[in-house]
Parts: sequence; structure tokens; C-alpha cells
Amino acid sequence: MMAVDESVFLIGQGVKSPWYVGNTTKGLLDRYGTERVIDTPVSENAVTGSAVGAALVGMRPVVVHPRMDFMLYAFDPIINEAANWHYMFGGKLPVPLVIWGIVNRGGEQAAQHSQALHALFAHIPGLKVVMPSTPYDAKGLMIAAIRDDNPVVYIDDRWLYAVDGEVPEGIYEVPLGKAVLRREGKDVTIAANSHMVYIAMVAAEQLARDGIEAEVLDMRTIKPIDKGLLAASASKTGRVVVADGGWKTYGVSAEISALASEEAFGYLKAPVVRVTVPDLPAPASSVLEKIYYPDSEKVVEAVKRTLSHGKEG
Amino acid sequence: MKAYPKKFLIKLYKTMVRIRLCEESLVEPILNGEIRCPVHLYSGEEAIATGVCAALSEEDYIFGTHRSHGHYLAKGGSMGELIAEIYGKETGCSRGRGGSMHIIEPEKGMMGAAPIVAGTISLAVGAALAARIRRDKRVSVSFFGDGATGEGVLYESLNFAALKCLPILFVCENNLYSTHMPIRECRSNLPISHTGKSFGVSALRVNGNDVLKLYETAKDAVSSCREGRGPVFIECMTYRLRGHVGADDNIQGEHTDIRPQEELEKWKRKDPIPNFKRYLIKNAIAENDELARIELMAQAEVRDAHAFTKDSPHPKQSDIEKYVFKK
Repeated sequence: MMAVDESVFLIGQGVKSPWYVGNTTKGLLDRYGTERVIDTPVSENAVTGSAVGAALVGMRPVVVHPRMDFMLYAFDPIINEAANWHYMFGGKLPVPLVIWGIVNRGGEQAAQHSQALHALFAHIPGLKVVMPSTPYDAKGLMIAAIRDDNPVVYIDDRWLYAVDGEVPEGIYEVPLGKAVLRREGKDVTIAANSHMVYIAMVAAEQLARDGIEAEVLDMRTIKPIDKGLLAASASKTGRVVVADGGWKTYGVSAEISALASEEAFGYLKAPVVRVTVPDLPAPASSVLEKIYYPDSEKVVEAVKRTLSHGKEG
Repeated sequence: MKAYPKKFLIKLYKTMVRIRLCEESLVEPILNGEIRCPVHLYSGEEAIATGVCAALSEEDYIFGTHRSHGHYLAKGGSMGELIAEIYGKETGCSRGRGGSMHIIEPEKGMMGAAPIVAGTISLAVGAALAARIRRDKRVSVSFFGDGATGEGVLYESLNFAALKCLPILFVCENNLYSTHMPIRECRSNLPISHTGKSFGVSALRVNGNDVLKLYETAKDAVSSCREGRGPVFIECMTYRLRGHVGADDNIQGEHTDIRPQEELEKWKRKDPIPNFKRYLIKNAIAENDELARIELMAQAEVRDAHAFTKDSPHPKQSDIEKYVFKK
């Protein structure tokens, strides 16, 4: 995008570091120079606000937060300013901005380096929130986010950087607000996002060995969320498990559960079951981490729980 | 003292008078409840917006605060659309979605005012950053009050702007009060301009009620910025002749101004408008009659703006969801 649109620039901590942003910005500095690849001091509030201001005057900035936890310092420019700006000025000025946050879970990094905060942003009117799970979508959603005229919070999970996949050359978009079926099945819908899609796929393999056909839905965008595909899948299978890497209470899993009931109540044969991280801060010790982060076993258990409920409903 | 064309000086006077009469025309409707949104009047501080904006071109950017009617008018915003906005009308500059604290006129470079204290400072830095990337020689101005110096983002913004030598003027309107709090109860080190200096930024403290001094200071600052020697920090000493919000209040609709009467009287003698009028007459630039005509014209503009507002419709309730996102 930087090659085809001069208004696009990247700003944030570590963008010229060879390791900081999971190597995802490698080579950009050599190609576009320090004017458009701007490494910054540790000033999340002012730097994010600067990206918002640049967007207001017609640039298309991408501001990166290599650890999402630090993005909390930038709540004011993201929520008070960027999210509200278009509405509170009656549509006079759009904010074409991408706020890219990386969830750094695991690795004994503990409570302040591991938080998955997507639900906080998805709560806010005026923000769009995307969470790619595949390399193909990572590129396509980033391009769609940059081209969108509104502030888009783009959330990566560090664990996804280990995933390989085909990524075409050239510009293509994965549309915002569209979920995708990663696996078809008739018995249960597993609605997942980001890294939890892989966990759900592994769980679906395990379930298939027991003769259970799980449908895996990758939400991709959590706001605006694809109600249509969720409702269609839930109506087909009649059972929904939500797998989200955030906290349970008031989280994305709560929203998807509510939507399943609002949009597909008549088809549901069992209550929605949620698989999330528990409602507590991330612990450091890997012994505790092992039970903190949900694995495929937890998803399998959840599916079996929903299947055991009201079988012939 | 440099000689300026008469036309230019008269324009400064006219802008200040327009702002004052516009602000004072809101007092009665605030008191009788016709205006409901919180209104922070700029009366007494007109010289700052007027002097600074006179040094800018239309393409330059400004960002404002909760107290920004003056910035908006000085940068070229329409008075009718301003008053319509304050009354929550569809014809307001923000289509009735913003009210007094959210005013904007992008076509004149007024990129928005917002009331989160210090919240727009970093946005102004971003506009300056965009000007740097595009090399378009534009300058960005951040207007903020003394209260904003209590917020950390000011210091982050100053450091970042100084680090990148961005074309931005940090214009602090020091009216000595952060809502009800006198500045000496808010700051350990009173001169705010010291803040700029500590980031290696060229910083000045000026009389904020002297429109020519403001213009000259801003003009030099703008030139420095255009030549790549920004940013510049200007602390403008001033005083609001009205309350924090509403007519003379800390809570709109209540008479709760706690400032000492003698202090208020002292600052009334420093009112920038009569002072500039005396200057124009004393230096034989204009006669009383001519200035009186300007005041009458401004009064007519205010009347028209209120009439336009009265004739304007409110937003449709069916449009409440419009503008959350740009489609």
C-alpha cells in the first residue's frame, strides 16, 4: 500500500527494529525512508494522537503498538477523538486510520504484556475491529483497513506469526465485516477469531474422529460482526460454541452468544457454550499459563457439553 | 513599531468585535435556557485567536478546545453555522451533532475543536507531521488552555514535535484558571513558557490581550515553522471576562464564579478590544465613526446569524444513526 498510495505511512515504536514488531516491517525503512516509516519514543498517547491528526488532514496512517497493553495510554485519541470525530462533527471529516495492536500472549510475560483487549475497542461506536487468523487475511484485511475511511483497530496475535500460508503478491482486499467458514459441518458451529481459529480447527479434527462434524466459523472482523453468516451457521447446526482469546465476562464471546440468541433462537437446541481465557490476569509461570490459555481439549469439551444438552431439541 | 496597512488593522479590529458580539449575544439565551449545550465564552480572549489566525493562510490548520468560538470565527468559520450548531440545528457547522464544544470548518483549515482537555494537542502535531511528510509548507496551530498543562500528553507532544522539528505553534491561552482552580493551585512552576524551553523549543510569554503583539509573535513563529525551524511555544497571558461555562459560572445557569471582583475589574481595564480601539484612534488610523460603523456591521451579522438559526430545522430523529461511519 505504501508503494501505491503516498498518503500511507507507518508510525510507532520499533518500526525500524529488526525484531520488535515480529519482523513484519522488515525492509520498509530502506524502501520508504524515515519520513514514512517513523520510529517513535515511548509516547503512545501523543504518537497515536499524531496519527489521528494526520488522518484528519488526509493521510492514511498506520500506527502500530507492538504490545497492545501499552495502547491503553492511547485510549483518549482512539476513543474520544478518532472514534467520535466523524459523528460529532456531523460527517465533516473522516478519520482514515489503522491502529495496529499486537497481542503478545504467552512466554511467561505475565499480566501487562499479554492482554487481549479487542473487546474494549469493539464496544466503542465509530471503531471497526478486525482480527485476522491467516497470512492471506492478514494482508487482505490490512489493505481493506487502510483503504477504509474510518478508524480500524487491527489486532494481531503474536502466536499467529508462526503460521505459514500462501500470500499473493499485489493488492487485494479481504472485506471488513465478513466472516468465513474454515470448515463445514452439521453438528455444531464453533465461532472463533484470530488464534482461536487454529485451536478450533484442531478441535474439529479431534471431534471428527469421534464422528462429530463441527463447522468452524472465522469471524475475522469482530466489529461490525457478520451476523448473517453466524445466524446461518447457527440455524443449520443448532448448537454454538464460541472460542475467543479474550476474557469471558462482557467479552466478544458474550456478544456472539447474545447474537446467536437474537438471530437464531428458534433454531438453537442448546445454550451457547463459551471457551475463553478465565477472568483473571495472565500469570507468568508457564505451569499456570498452560491452564490459563484455552487449548483444543477445552473446545472439544465445550462441544461435547453442548451436544449432551437437549439432544433431540 | 512596524507600520501596517490600515485595511489590515481594521480587519483585526473587526474580527475581535465580531467574536465579542457573537459571544455576548449568547448570554441571554443561555440564562433563559434557550441554549442548552454547555457554552464556554471567549469574551476577553479575542486578541489571541485574532492575532494568531491573522498570521496564518487559509490552508494552515488550527485545532481548538471547549472554548473555541473565537478560533472558529477568526479562521473564517460562518457565524450563522456556529450559532445554529450551538442551538443544535441541522444547519450547524457540525449538523447539530456537536454543539458548542465541537465546531469545525475544514475548508477554512479549522480542523475541529473538542473539549477533552489537551486532547487535540497531539492531533495538531499529527497535522504538522502530515505537512512535513507532504512538504506542503503548511503550519499547524494547537490552541489550548493553562489547564491542559496538567495533562501528560502535552509533554509527549512537545517532545515529539521538537524531535521532528515539526511546523506547529503551541499556543497556550493562560487565563489563570482551570475551571475554578487558580493556576497557583495547579502548577508548581508558574510560567508555562518554561515548559516549552525545557524541550528545547523556542518559547515566549506574551501579553495575550495585545492583538498586534500576538500577530507579530505568531507571524515570526509561522515563518520559523515554514523554514523548518519549528515548533514554537507561545504562552499568552489573558483572562476570561465570563465564567468557565455559561455567563458567569462554573456551572452553567448558576452564578458561581468564584474569582475576586477586584481581579475581574483589573482585567476589564485590560480588555483587548477597547485597548485596540484607543490605539487605532490615537494613531489616527481610524476615527470613532468608522469603528462604530464596524460595530454596527458586526451587530447586523450577529442578528442575521440568530435569524438564520431560528429559521433552521433541527436534525431529523430518523437520522440519528447517520455519520457514525463514513460510508
